[in-house]
Amino acid sequence: MAEEVLVFGAWGSPFSRRVEMALKLKGIEYKYIEEDLTNKSPSLLKYNPVHKKIPVLVHNGKPVAESLVILEYIDETWKDHPILPKDPYERANARFWAKFIDEKCLSAIFKACWGACWGEEKEHEKAEIEHEKAVKEVSELLQFLENELKEKRYFGGETVGLLDIAANTIGYWLGVFEEASGVELLTREKFSKLCNWANEFVCVTAIKENLPPRDKLIAYFRNRFGAGNASK
Amino acid sequence: MADEVVLVDTWVSMFGMRVRIALAEKGIKYEYKEEDLCNKSKLLLKINPIYKKIPVLIHNGKPVCESLIIVQYIDEVWNDRSPLMPSDPYPRACARFWADFVDKRVYDVAKKVWTTKGEEQEAAKKEFIEAFQILERQLGDHPYFGGERFGFVDLSLIPFYSWFYAYETFGNFSIEAECPKIIAWAKRCLQKDSVASTLPDEKKVYECVVQMRKRFGVE
Repeated sequence: MAEEVLVFGAWGSPFSRRVEMALKLKGIEYKYIEEDLTNKSPSLLKYNPVHKKIPVLVHNGKPVAESLVILEYIDETWKDHPILPKDPYERANARFWAKFIDEKCLSAIFKACWGACWGEEKEHEKAEIEHEKAVKEVSELLQFLENELKEKRYFGGETVGLLDIAANTIGYWLGVFEEASGVELLTREKFSKLCNWANEFVCVTAIKENLPPRDKLIAYFRNRFGAGNASK
Repeated sequence: MADEVVLVDTWVSMFGMRVRIALAEKGIKYEYKEEDLCNKSKLLLKINPIYKKIPVLIHNGKPVCESLIIVQYIDEVWNDRSPLMPSDPYPRACARFWADFVDKRVYDVAKKVWTTKGEEQEAAKKEFIEAFQILERQLGDHPYFGGERFGFVDLSLIPFYSWFYAYETFGNFSIEAECPKIIAWAKRCLQKDSVASTLPDEKKVYECVVQMRKRFGVE
């Protein structure tokens, strides 16, 4: 039976891009459906009635939602180019860091870039303190990832793995947020390993082909969230 | 080489209960270390420096954190008995999705039921019931979320049952009235040794929550 693989996504979303990266790495053909998140399609609502979100992978009519769940499904279904290690401890480690990135890093990064509004004069000092706190938090979180990377080329070792794909938010979108908001977070002096990794990551064919255009993304975030928290 | 398994946990934690149920299902012997979360041990800070939370499983000296990750780890290491996850990729993906749903849509809102009052609490109760109604629909006519057998999703959710009495008392509502199938499912799960021997007495949980509310200044 011919396989049918659909991906419901949004062009700027790191989460739906993750799914495409994994499929590309494994050489799986799929049909991509761009969702307008302000006007969700009946298909999306049918395939993900619980969260009504992208990405959704539909494999031979059966939907899978939540990007990290989808990545594991892809790895278990198409065994070429595995993205999770075989060893249970290393698998647990990859899952832990992927969850860490999604649960702690993204919201902290957003807060540092766009969190506090400058508001009125008297609020300025308070906003400044909140901003510094947020930047410090991101720095601590990035340090954990820097330490986890150690001397490896990729988080997955010699080849790109699930954790590298999950870290696409750090590897590409973080740079976009920094430029859109004017806030510097991933500095080379503090995070040389992570910076090197990010450079390698975006050069991998399956990754490069699935990155949204940088200028378009910067413009989108600037438009959506304003000029950001950079010192004026 | 004999396996050395240590679980750092606290008796009332529903996340810790997940791991204890998994260990019991697999018949794994382990050393249990009770953690006082008001006075975290050096050990906990060393083995979970990122979150500083329980549960943490230490297997032959190597720590694994986050309850659902620990349960999958246990299932993969001791893969010769009592599988906790389905064997096919699609049902496995569904199991992961629903366990993730429990973490995202049940835990936080359940906490609000016993830590808030007034309008905030009413909103939390509404969301709580909605989440369990979604779970009820997912359960359907199956005895377990895993189908015919107790599995990953059942294990992820059943610990919350020991907290129901506390939620109902502080929230002044009946979960059974809103979600009878969930209560029937929970009682079915409690017939399993691994669950019955793990879940603490609901009144003890309630007393513990009374103390926690005082500490959080909810009263």
